[in-house]
Amino acid sequence: MIRLEKRKEPSRIWRIANPFLAVALTMIAGGLMFAALGKDPLVAIRLIFFDPLFSETFASYSRPQLLIKAAPLILIGVGLAIGFKANIWNIGAEGQYIIGALFGAGVALAFFPAPGWYIFPLMILAGAFGGFLWAMIPAILKTRFNTNEILVSLLLVYVAERILAAMALGLMRNPDQPGFPGSRDLRRYEAAHNAELIANTGMHWGGVAAMIAVIFAYVMMTRHMLGFHVKLAGQAPRAARFGGVSPARLVVICLGISGALAGLAGMFEVSGPGGQVRIEFATGYGFTAIIVAFLGRLNPLGVVLAGLLLGLTYIGGELAQMILQIPGAAIQVFQGMLLFFLLALDFQTNYRIRLTRGAAA
Amino acid sequence: MKKLLTAAVFAALATPAMSDDPTKVGFIYIGPVGDFGWTAGHDRARQELQDHFGDAVETSIVENVDYGADAERVMTQMALSGTDMIFAASFGYGPDVNSVAGRFPDVAFQHATGYIQDHPNISLYDARFYEGRAVLGHIGGKMTETNTIGYIASFPIPAVVSGINSAYLHAKAVNPDVEFRIIWTYSWFDPSLEADAAETLIEQGADVIMQHTDSTAAVRVAEDAGVMAFGQASDMVDFGPTAHLSAIVDRWAPYYIDRVQALKDGTWEAQNSWMGFAEGIIEMAPWNDRIPAELQEEADALVASIAAGEYHPFTGPINRQDGTPWLAEGEVAEDSALATMDFFVEGITSEFPN
Repeated sequence: MIRLEKRKEPSRIWRIANPFLAVALTMIAGGLMFAALGKDPLVAIRLIFFDPLFSETFASYSRPQLLIKAAPLILIGVGLAIGFKANIWNIGAEGQYIIGALFGAGVALAFFPAPGWYIFPLMILAGAFGGFLWAMIPAILKTRFNTNEILVSLLLVYVAERILAAMALGLMRNPDQPGFPGSRDLRRYEAAHNAELIANTGMHWGGVAAMIAVIFAYVMMTRHMLGFHVKLAGQAPRAARFGGVSPARLVVICLGISGALAGLAGMFEVSGPGGQVRIEFATGYGFTAIIVAFLGRLNPLGVVLAGLLLGLTYIGGELAQMILQIPGAAIQVFQGMLLFFLLALDFQTNYRIRLTRGAAA
Repeated sequence: MKKLLTAAVFAALATPAMSDDPTKVGFIYIGPVGDFGWTAGHDRARQELQDHFGDAVETSIVENVDYGADAERVMTQMALSGTDMIFAASFGYGPDVNSVAGRFPDVAFQHATGYIQDHPNISLYDARFYEGRAVLGHIGGKMTETNTIGYIASFPIPAVVSGINSAYLHAKAVNPDVEFRIIWTYSWFDPSLEADAAETLIEQGADVIMQHTDSTAAVRVAEDAGVMAFGQASDMVDFGPTAHLSAIVDRWAPYYIDRVQALKDGTWEAQNSWMGFAEGIIEMAPWNDRIPAELQEEADALVASIAAGEYHPFTGPINRQDGTPWLAEGEVAEDSALATMDFFVEGITSEFPN
């Protein structure tokens, strides 16, 4: 008979191997789905995973696009991963992303059309501050009144979306284009434009910030006392308290870091690829980053790989839609499978399956 | 296989003008083709286009494409893969269409309901939805028993605002007691939000629901609640056989076929087309049997007089919401004024979103 046995220690091998297994299983199950839809599964998988990187027609364009798509995912995902390690669940990164973008764009629009090297750095500070501020609402409510940060941060996303709509229609609306919502195009305002640093690489300041954030997060989690406290609070909250870790302080720090990083991501997006404050500016980076954090095993380096992988499935998914006419919903199912298989496989990180002779019956 | 495909793509890139080569036409959609509304309307036209030209045209679609960087990327990839003409079927793609069109001067761009035309390879096209809204307003104003019409609106852009104004003016003309309640969703396609909005409006006393959003949710809610509704962009009668009074049905196919033919003939050039009942781009879904025969005749007559150019839905006297005059007695609104409309007309009690 089959018996489940809890492992004394989570398996290290499975922890590392599972994401790769999950990708492999997604390819198989997704391939079956594509075949059931009457599409060549091998071509579909190739279009999603390989063509954006290696096809002669698309790669020169889609490789840089991969960085553009992955940079905000990584930037947000790294911050979320730190909090998740400590069992602090910031589900509202999308809201912090929006507020960060509004703060950043607000600075730019206030200075328009003045030139000045200091405008962009000010926007960066404002973006990070905006995201931080928005994350402080669930943080303070949690530490003061013990509210649930999952619910508060999530609901604040919808509040942020309304503020975004109000800004696009009112205060930040482009005065030169009456009748239509949306701010000036920041890409046409040189001092505020988050342009590509090297042409046709897709690398903008958001990508640089993501790399810096990953390095800092890695050092913090492996070398710094704070990282130790985060991990301790996540694994053994009682022990952490006895060890002098203040839970309230940790909540503020974790939500603050993830909020500031999400705000930065929003600011780099609105001043670069996004271009302007529009009602439909937020397209779900803050939510997708939650998947990225888990797929990356809450490890900063893992988040980089996960962000790139997810970015790849988005870009490749569009190619598969365009060339093979695979429905958009099937691509979304395909992406969902990735997380589904990972979570299912994680079971064997903590449990092992034992085959025993009937004795136990 | 990969080499074959790449070779095919390069062949297409190298010889776009050769007549025996199929013309590649790409479509990007804001919603899913299965929204049974706006996007379904465009995809219906795409299929007609495909049927009309057969092997001479190859169409491809990407659905659920968000505005901004995603739209820009999808259109760039289409252009890179040798697409000759791209239909961007939503208002918000404007900045993205213009940025891609600048980089691919040999690709013809067709942007629906847009207003930015920075490059000579961008055509804009739109439908005079306000003409259809006038008919909906007329029917709704007569059918409502609570004198309250609920309106689910997406974004406060001119096309939506002029639709609300037109519906209101024509409801008011036949029912001086009518009131409009308006809920903005700030989204084109969000079935659960649209259903919530419909429920809220019904709670507030509305017994006729109009929508300028793309899903069928409101029609279904209306059917369940036993009130009336109008569909959007497609005939939505299947989702509310009793509730569904009619709908403005978009018929883009004649225009799409015309534009692709022009491209094939080498006569395509950038235009700005605004078409209505007269051109057959919009039409009314079959009247529900519960609409009295007399009212059906009135509605038919209204459609006919707008199509014939005898009557314009925005004919003065019309005041703005704040009471200041907009159109004098007998004056007809200029297209330019309708295309940038950013105010409500007198009588609408909702505040204009700002």
